[in-house]
Parts: sequence; structure tokens; C-alpha cells
Amino acid sequence: MDAESAKYIGAGLATLGMIGAGIGVGTIFGQFLAGATRNPSAAAGQFTNLILGAALTEALGILAFVLGLVILFS
Amino acid sequence: MADPMHQFEIHKVVDLPALNVPGLGLIDLSITNSTVSMLLAAILVVAFFAVATAKAAIVPGRLQVMGEGIFGYIDDLVAGIIGPEGRKFFPFVFTLFLFILAMNVLGLFLVFTATSQLAVTASLAVMTMVLVIGYGVLRNGANMYKLFVPAGIPWYMLILVTPIEIISFVLRPITLALRLFGNMLGGHVALKVFAGFVVSLGAMAAGGGLGLLGIPGAALSLGGVVALTALEFLVAFLQAFVFAVLACVYLNDVVNLGHHH
Repeated sequence: MDAESAKYIGAGLATLGMIGAGIGVGTIFGQFLAGATRNPSAAAGQFTNLILGAALTEALGILAFVLGLVILFS
Repeated sequence: MADPMHQFEIHKVVDLPALNVPGLGLIDLSITNSTVSMLLAAILVVAFFAVATAKAAIVPGRLQVMGEGIFGYIDDLVAGIIGPEGRKFFPFVFTLFLFILAMNVLGLFLVFTATSQLAVTASLAVMTMVLVIGYGVLRNGANMYKLFVPAGIPWYMLILVTPIEIISFVLRPITLALRLFGNMLGGHVALKVFAGFVVSLGAMAAGGGLGLLGIPGAALSLGGVVALTALEFLVAFLQAFVFAVLACVYLNDVVNLGHHH
């Protein structure tokens, strides 16, 4: 296997880290919906916390994505 | 297929001579497409609020309601996260939010997105962290160490917790910059890739024969582009909002050091 193809495989493998971020963001929104349907009056007050949690989780997925780009274009 | 990364290339619009800054060396001050798009974003924000507040009335007009709505939204956000002492940070957070929002949304209408440049997002993130550290040291002095040593934890746990806190603090500006950069870059690359499918599958269908199978694929890709564009408008707002919220949270850590409210 030459270095060029190994680079593409490596970039693909690096983006697998986004699986974890996907599961995490899904859990956050799923749990929010579960809570919001039980107590809709309290849901609006938790919007900032919802977005904050999703953003912090998503950052890890973005790290994997950027790592893939770094491998691809360096 | 067209290169999806081509849209992020920087090229000079107005060529200016390089400036020699003592200690930094030669600095290229040419006006690039990145500078133009940032200027446009800043002008858009200032012009919007100039028009919205030009005829301020007790009973607001449509534009004034929009302006007051955005203002009140971020004001509530800052007051809710930092508390009453956060009022002095409102101009900073409001500027960050509007500037990033304008750059993100302009990127969807024009050919170039300033926030898809790591240099732009990193500057904003570093600016935020310099304010956080600077204000924290000014306000708390030597008590700043409490940021890394949470209260009410037995000493043997601190051996584990303190390095984690330090690492997470160091990672903050990096994730702040990479989140905005990665989201805008990823979204625009996905848009370009799907748009490229439309063209290449359409060219295949134009060849006739079995190539006609490309037509449903091209239609599907076109639908994907439309759906992704709608999603990108949501992301453009959400990332500006997230940046503002995280700036507030990080400021809250040093403003209300050691006591949570």
C-alpha cells in the first residue's frame, strides 16, 4: 500500500470519531424531548442548557472532522 | 467534479504594499475576499441598527421590534448566565453574536464565508479568552487558582481533578475556534459536494442510454441541496448563539469565581 492511499484510509478512519458525537447529541436531544413532553412548561427555560450541552458534545465530533481534514490536506 | 475546497481560497481584491511592523516583520495588509466579507458583515450590522433605531418610537415599527427583539434576547441570555454583574459584558457578547451571525448568513448568500477561515474564528476565540483571563486576574487576583481547584473536594481527589480542569481550560479557546470553523466548513463542503453530484449526474444523463438513470439521482441531489441550505440557515444562527452562550459561560466562571448562583 502506498502512502497516498494510506492517507485517504487514515482520513476516513479519523472521521469515525464523529460516531461518538452523533450518539451523544442524539442522547441529549432525546432526553430533552422525553423531559419536555412530561413537563412542557419547564422546557423553554432549559433551551440554553440544551444548546450548550449539544455544542460541547459536538465539539468532539468536530475535532475528529478537523483531524481528518488535517490528514487529508497535509 | 468541481473541487469543493475551492470556495475557501483567499485571493487579493486590492493589492496594498506590505507594511513593516517592528518586532513582527513584514505584514501583508492587502484587502482579500475574507476582509471584504467581514467588512460587509460589519457594515450590515451597523446599518441594520442605524435604520432600526433611526425613528425610535414608544410604539415601535417593524424594524425597531426586530432590533429590540435581538437586543432583549442577548440581554436576557447574559443576565441569565452571568447575573447582574454581567451587564458590562453585554456589549462584547452582543457584538460577537451579531458579527458571527452576519458573517454566517452572508456566507450563505455570497460566495465566501469569513467564518470558514480558521484565522477568523481563532481570532474571535483568542479575544474572548484574553478578556476572560484578563478580567479574571484583575478581579480575583491570586484567587484565580480556584478556577482549577473546585471547592468541597477532598485533597486526594484534587490530584486527579486539577490536571483535568487545567487541560479543559487550555482546550477552551481551541474548541471555541474549531467548533465554528468546523461547522461552517463542513456545511459548505457538503453543499458543494451535493451540488457537484447534480452537475456530474446531469452530464451523465445528457449522454443518453443507460446514463438516463442519472436523472433521478440528480433530482435527489438537488433536493438534498435545498434541504441542506435550509439546515445551514439553522446552523448559521445556532453557531452564533452557541459562541455567545459559551463566551457568557466562560466569563461567568471568572466573574462568579468560587460561588455558583
